Amino acid sequence: AGTRGGGVAAGGWPRSVLGWRVAASIAWSVLLLPLCTAVFISISSIDLFHPIQWISNSFNDWYTSYVIFCILLMSVVILIISIFSVEFYAVVPSIPCSRLALLGKIIHPWQVIHSVVHAIMGMLVAWCAAVMTKGKFQFLAVPCTASESLDGAVQHMCLNEYHLFLLLSGAFMGYNYSLLYLVNNMNYLPFPVIQQYKYLRFRRSLPLLVKRSCVESLYLVRNVCVAYYFFGYIPRAWISTTMDLNIDSKLHPLDTLTGLLDLSLLYHTWLCGIFLLITWHIAWLLFKIYATEAHPFPVQPTFAEETDQCLPKILNSNPPLLIKFLALQDLMLLSQYSPVRRQEVFSLSQPGGHPHNWTAISKECLNLLSDLTQKLIMQQEAAAANGRVNQPSTRELGRSLSSSEEMAFQTQRSNVVSRTHMPSLVKSSLLPLKALSTSDLGSSFGSPFSSPSSLNRKAGILDLNSPWNGSIQSPHVMRRGPKLWTSSSGGDLRFQSPHILLFWYNWNIVLTVQILGSFCSLTQVRNFLSKRVLIMYFFSKHPEASIQAVFSDAQMHIWALEGLSRLVAASFTEDRFGVVQTTLPAILNTLLTLQEVVDKHFKLPHASSKPPRISGSLMDTSYKTLRFALRASLKTAIYRITTTFGEHLNAVQVSAEHKKRLQQFLEFKE
Amino acid sequence: MCSLALFPPPPAPGDVTLYEFNNALVSGHIYEKLPLAVQDQLADLPVLTIPKETLKAHTRLEHSTKPAFIHHQETLWKRCLNAWRDVGMCGVLNEIANAEEADLQWMKTGSRWALALCHWVSSLHGSLFPHLSLCSEDMIAEFSQAVDWAGCSIRAFAWHPHTSKFAVALLDDSIRVYNTNSATVPILKHRLQRNVASMAWKPLCASILAVACQSCVLLWHLDPTSLSTRPSSGCAQVLAYPGHSPVTSLAWAPSGEMLLSASPVDTAMLVWDVSTENCVPLQWFGGGGVTYLAWSPDGSKVLAATPSAVFRVWEAQMWTCERWPTIKGRCQTGCWSPDGSRLLFTVLGESVIYSLSFSEYSGEMQGQVGGSKTASIVADLSETTFETLYGEERIGGEVHSIVWDPSGERLAALIRGNPETPESRTIIAVFRTRNSPVFELLPCGFLQGEPGAEPQLIAFHPCFKKGALLTVCWSTGKISHIPFYFVSAQFPCFSPSHSPVVALSSSSASVREQPLFSEL
Repeated sequence: AGTRGGGVAAGGWPRSVLGWRVAASIAWSVLLLPLCTAVFISISSIDLFHPIQWISNSFNDWYTSYVIFCILLMSVVILIISIFSVEFYAVVPSIPCSRLALLGKIIHPWQVIHSVVHAIMGMLVAWCAAVMTKGKFQFLAVPCTASESLDGAVQHMCLNEYHLFLLLSGAFMGYNYSLLYLVNNMNYLPFPVIQQYKYLRFRRSLPLLVKRSCVESLYLVRNVCVAYYFFGYIPRAWISTTMDLNIDSKLHPLDTLTGLLDLSLLYHTWLCGIFLLITWHIAWLLFKIYATEAHPFPVQPTFAEETDQCLPKILNSNPPLLIKFLALQDLMLLSQYSPVRRQEVFSLSQPGGHPHNWTAISKECLNLLSDLTQKLIMQQEAAAANGRVNQPSTRELGRSLSSSEEMAFQTQRSNVVSRTHMPSLVKSSLLPLKALSTSDLGSSFGSPFSSPSSLNRKAGILDLNSPWNGSIQSPHVMRRGPKLWTSSSGGDLRFQSPHILLFWYNWNIVLTVQILGSFCSLTQVRNFLSKRVLIMYFFSKHPEASIQAVFSDAQMHIWALEGLSRLVAASFTEDRFGVVQTTLPAILNTLLTLQEVVDKHFKLPHASSKPPRISGSLMDTSYKTLRFALRASLKTAIYRITTTFGEHLNAVQVSAEHKKRLQQFLEFKE
Repeated sequence: MCSLALFPPPPAPGDVTLYEFNNALVSGHIYEKLPLAVQDQLADLPVLTIPKETLKAHTRLEHSTKPAFIHHQETLWKRCLNAWRDVGMCGVLNEIANAEEADLQWMKTGSRWALALCHWVSSLHGSLFPHLSLCSEDMIAEFSQAVDWAGCSIRAFAWHPHTSKFAVALLDDSIRVYNTNSATVPILKHRLQRNVASMAWKPLCASILAVACQSCVLLWHLDPTSLSTRPSSGCAQVLAYPGHSPVTSLAWAPSGEMLLSASPVDTAMLVWDVSTENCVPLQWFGGGGVTYLAWSPDGSKVLAATPSAVFRVWEAQMWTCERWPTIKGRCQTGCWSPDGSRLLFTVLGESVIYSLSFSEYSGEMQGQVGGSKTASIVADLSETTFETLYGEERIGGEVHSIVWDPSGERLAALIRGNPETPESRTIIAVFRTRNSPVFELLPCGFLQGEPGAEPQLIAFHPCFKKGALLTVCWSTGKISHIPFYFVSAQFPCFSPSHSPVVALSSSSASVREQPLFSEL
């Protein structure tokens, strides 16, 4: 969670705006709570055979004191949940590049606190739900049914396992919510594609939210049942001993099949899950909507004390990222819709006549874009360097180079491995290592039934230094690893099976090696390889994820591009003092350089050229496709400038190479 | 009000309208040589004829590969699972109801009842919105901007907004892209590219073509420098959304970052962020769907016509809308003035053109469409009889589509003749227009094609320098270009490279007759 926001606590004017937004979103989610509760009470006591009685009963239930208490309690829960989303929000998603990073995120102290608090909150909501459902769920301790037969005088209290089941499922759902919050990057604030009023945005997302909550709750109930079936006896025994409650022997214990197949229990657990998820998701959705609402920043201060709040100042300072994002979004909007505010951007300062506003804005945008250019160039250079080191044969390279970063990772590791495993290695033995990594031997390694000649050849090489024959496989294993990764971007199951297959291949080879007279014991090799596979599993970088990580903050650059290009295009008719003209060569230069670099990036072998399909889910996954949006808006930005200025661009001073590029754009051939 | 009676009589039978010059439409024989100056400017525009006979008809109508395999009886359970995956709940019910297994009598009866209930509910829905009972091909034919979508060889036409390049969608579901600067004609074919209703090129982009198909929106990424004539289907991006088919209309934002798509079946129109394939549905119940979209050239407003007697004008910043009920029928077509301040539209069942003016757009009035209270009738195109040397001619009727040229000086309306009277024919009427300081509509003349050819689609060239250029697709499969030479009053060109043709016409352009429709 490297980009945690937490910008509300800090002082200053734009932060107070954020504070108000957060407060409003919490207020609305608390206000919507009684409505959700009323619906929950009605549905949980549904009785289709006596509809009138059902309706009148649920009307009466709404005003009872314990319902009001529950609503108050749940308002506190919503408040705490909202505080957590405020503390954890991020405008730049953090994308774990490997499984190890994901694991690290899960056991990060902050995330542990998040999970524990969410589990407790989930339990509280489940308690409220149980109390409001009434019936057999209402209390944890109930009088035993069997007590009368023993002795009528003392009422033994028994543990109500239904209540306990609801509480535990609430805790489970809370924990699950927290886990999904992390894995799905729910703390990421995606900015909307189109501007809409908050109410309309909320109304638009509501049906999907309800639908997803229902479906998700169904899965959760299944998982809770499975978990309770296996581990249910632990909390039951613990609670019953600590609270000195008996266990009712007449009733079926719930961790049996017959106990769990209670339809009313499953239905109410499901409803409780829906209730929990809907209230929490509403709070989350409202926070998202309020936080990403466009905020108009003044371009020029009307009073001296407002100087810190105006757009050029905010862009050039280093505010919390959310403020910066809002400022850039506002720049994009003003450049598109507001001629009056554009005029302010193009205006000159009163005494002195300097175009301070334009200079500040254009400078910041250009800085952002050239930073991105630098980042991409560095990444490409790293990729190219690795390509050269790992270039035994071009054929092999083309086949196996699926991600530059994996290659970087591999080379590093293969060096380490070979060094540690060949302490007394003669210089000449480097040769077979190299030879092995080339394609001819690699392919023979790949086939389980290799020809005897190649085996002999291998044996000959291996005989040179047999103690490290285990590590011989390592380049091969790693060389195959990334390829498997890319082919199985979908699910882990598919990822597993080729690895097993690969393991089998290696196994085969190891066998032959052993037959041919190595000293190494079989178990040693096996242990070593299995360790390798496990390490691979955790360490290997997902190529898609690492590309996503490079472009994770691309939304900023997209807005900078749009704002800048629209301002430049508008300056053709609106800029009376010619302030834009002075920066036009720099802008064109930056855009064209970036265009070149981005083009090159998309030509790298690992970069998929098509956005992946996104299913209609509640979670926003737009950060996964930001690089495509960046490429498209970059092209549009250049075309916007070239179509507006047309032949006049020939008078702008740019390098010959860029001039050629510009000509391409003028002829619509890019 | 401007009416057809004020028009000059149509050209003599056998003559073809060639160009407009000196404020008059010049018609002549098709083989007649055009004046040299005219010829020069049209030399690179391809005039094509794509007759229906040359197009290969569909070889197979079935979309799936099912008929190619031998029928094999599976268990009911498995069939139900397949039906669930392919069609959904209705498929499962159907499968159970038609099952041959004897032992599931109660399930069969139950599913039959459920199916009957489904049909009843959908017919109830259909009685509210009759267009929903049409099959998707009929629906496209009904709402397409082409006059005879089902029968003619050309189904859709789109000029590129910046260059001399156009795409033609044909009856055999292929699309050809013609470019004046290159001889290669890419032919686009895709498995999902069926029953193309509309096409649109992305603005501020070299060549991305959005195609409205029966089941989805296809986005072709064509490399402008490529010499390949058959781009692979890998160049096409598929934008599909459940419940959003058939797509009948598309509109790009003039700034090029958003695409709107509309389907008569879906009450929501979709705003696509094309590069990331994200879409935002803009739901508005009432009307029962969206049939036609037109984005104003300044990007501030969008016209969305529905299959019922109501249309909406969306404001494209905060995406709120104004609702406009019409009296008689649904809004058939509409077009915007270049500055986005005026909308002309026509209504099915009435042979008039309405005008709706909007207040001047500025970013300060967020979330307001700003339309005037009522629409005014600016042209009456009801049937009129012309006495010509060659006999009596009856012209007039409902307007099928209208287009406004990018400079706002010419308006072409495709008038569909009365289907009851055989002698009335489909014809294009051209108006001279002016939008500022007051709106004026003056008659210019009728356009006539070769004998037997009826106009099918019309579109203005987006960047013709010497006036306006109207491209007409005829029912014979011919695509011809008719230039109108004039000097634009709003954007006069002072460059010395002008041809003598324009210099001549400029002198006559100042002579204006009495305005026939004027706001004054």
